[in-house]
Amino acid sequence: MNALLKHRLTWPVLALVLLLLLNQLFRSDFLSVRVQDGHLYGSLIDILRNGAPTILIALGMTLVIASRGIDLSVGAVAAIAGAVSCTYIYNSPDPSSLRTAAGGVAIAVVAGLVLGLWNGFLVSVIGIQPIIATLVLMTAGRGLAQLVTDGQIISVSNDSYQAIGAGFFLGLPISILIAAAAFGVAGLLTRRTALGTLIEAVGINPVASRLAGLSARSIIWTVYVFSGLCAAIAGLMISSNVTAADANNAGLYIEMDAILAVVIGGTSLAGGRYSLVGTLVGALIIQTLTTTVYTLGIPPEVTLVFKALVVIIVCLLQSSKARDLLRQRRRPVAKQSDVKVAV
Amino acid sequence: MSVLTRTPTPLGRTRISRLQGKARYAPTLATVGLFLAMFAIGAGMYPGFLSGQVFLNLLIDNTFLIVLAVGMTFVILTGGIDLSVGSVVALSMMIAAALLQAGWNPFVVIALVLLTGATFGLLMGLVIQVFEIQPFIVTLAGLFLARGLCYVISVDSITVTDPFFTAMAQARIPLAEKLFVSPGVVIALVVVAVAFYVLHQTRFGRTVYAIGGGESSALLMGLAVPRTKVLVYGISGLCSAIGGILFSFYSLSGYSLAATGMELDAIAAVVVGGTLLTGGYGYVLGSLAGVLILGIVQTFISYEGTLSSWWTRIVIGALLLAFILLQKLFSRKVKLA
Repeated sequence: MNALLKHRLTWPVLALVLLLLLNQLFRSDFLSVRVQDGHLYGSLIDILRNGAPTILIALGMTLVIASRGIDLSVGAVAAIAGAVSCTYIYNSPDPSSLRTAAGGVAIAVVAGLVLGLWNGFLVSVIGIQPIIATLVLMTAGRGLAQLVTDGQIISVSNDSYQAIGAGFFLGLPISILIAAAAFGVAGLLTRRTALGTLIEAVGINPVASRLAGLSARSIIWTVYVFSGLCAAIAGLMISSNVTAADANNAGLYIEMDAILAVVIGGTSLAGGRYSLVGTLVGALIIQTLTTTVYTLGIPPEVTLVFKALVVIIVCLLQSSKARDLLRQRRRPVAKQSDVKVAV
Repeated sequence: MSVLTRTPTPLGRTRISRLQGKARYAPTLATVGLFLAMFAIGAGMYPGFLSGQVFLNLLIDNTFLIVLAVGMTFVILTGGIDLSVGSVVALSMMIAAALLQAGWNPFVVIALVLLTGATFGLLMGLVIQVFEIQPFIVTLAGLFLARGLCYVISVDSITVTDPFFTAMAQARIPLAEKLFVSPGVVIALVVVAVAFYVLHQTRFGRTVYAIGGGESSALLMGLAVPRTKVLVYGISGLCSAIGGILFSFYSLSGYSLAATGMELDAIAAVVVGGTLLTGGYGYVLGSLAGVLILGIVQTFISYEGTLSSWWTRIVIGALLLAFILLQKLFSRKVKLA
């Protein structure tokens, strides 16, 4: 029982369950999932489907944060990915074919990889602080996306493209299947090989890991490229869900949500130990929180206040200083119980 | 005369960036040089660019950003960062607009807004200092909180019709023939002057530089590190509130989505102004020059009719990168055994 209480996933999972139960209390059909037109429908499926971009971006962000970095540019990268693919599809001779959709996706993925390479280059080769290095792309990225779309919202009508964000496969939303696949691949790559340990080593102490013979530079570079890739796929989902590229608003504040998901999941912003499952739970909590605000009938704009309070509380819980303060208060009580056990 | 507090290098750090001798003025001088060059190019390209009023308009249109950059300079000098400034500007505007609409006295409103901003900053500083949580995440939470509170006040835009605010918005202070500034410019420049005095002539200012140079050595020297670290966020919050009031003078409204992304502009202005992001080096006058550069980029784009507004963001991003690389170039890496 004690081990369960101390497990770092216990609190996030508990919070998620409580949030879901709260929703169930206000709307009795919240937890029910039914089959309609051969697809699964229900609030839970909606949470998964709408949360897929955040889950993906948070996945990339987890590895970046584990390497003691941060990637602020993911929202801008998502906007650019949506912009390039939609513009490609819009301008192609056959805008509704599967081949065109595949081409658009390929271009977006390449764009994500290139932007990830750029961030990784600034951080690992030039040695700029991650916050600032990715701030450059965060600032310029939305401008670039607007440059691609010429300031317009580009609408496309391509069924295959639309399937990425809004389609279903075997009754499940395709977006969540993609996110799950990315999750599985990342989990296998980092936990079944030494890569995860290497990333943690770099995050805990870059100098020591380099002295130990690790190529810290290429590892850091890799995590930023992966983050760029995740952001690009998430951008595809966002733009495909609304069948349009909106350079200004696609993925706005999603970097904040992703960082929040990572922090709630128990990964420390100071780098080092990370938990992919924790991030998944964190992202689901955020998406459920957004849904809860809708369910309770609170104006949706107020979600930001809730998110802020969650960040503050989670950070305080994680802070060793706050824990020390709590422990000091509890110490006399703990001693008494010790005595009883001894007797 | 050296205005910097030189701190002894702590043994624990293996590598630190140091700007040596006169090189420490180099980034700021580069900023001023770039500004003059851009102004000269503008004068060569467009008739009517080379006028005093074009320069004064740079100040008039960016009063709030100047004040924000001043507050941000304090925070970055200590090696911290404040992401909440844009949201606090919006919150200040919303509070001011809502209270004025309810018929409050404008001076009471301004005092209340300034108090709110400073308190908001101080609270963030306290969380950062007492619980040792990274400034980045705390001020990020501040960003969410302030923006969310804006929506709580009102989702719609509120127009300001108060006579004092409209008077401030329309007032023009003539300097010479055909040259004028707005009252906001005077306020912004006073803020810059006060910040300059505080940073270079007071114990508090020296402590700010000392913390950026090396926090542990500043502590060992017996400087009031915790108090100063909390206060810089209070200053940044206060500056954001002043920025919000100035923005209200400028736009005569309160809108929840106002000043979105302005924290990026403020950080960019400070970096372009030559302040080292690791803290310890930089000047508030450099930040003023940084704001003017961002302003002149916008002026260029409005003069050049064919360029679209999104080029502003791209150019600011490129400038940010260029100046970060410049800082790398000028700061010599010292290896210690």
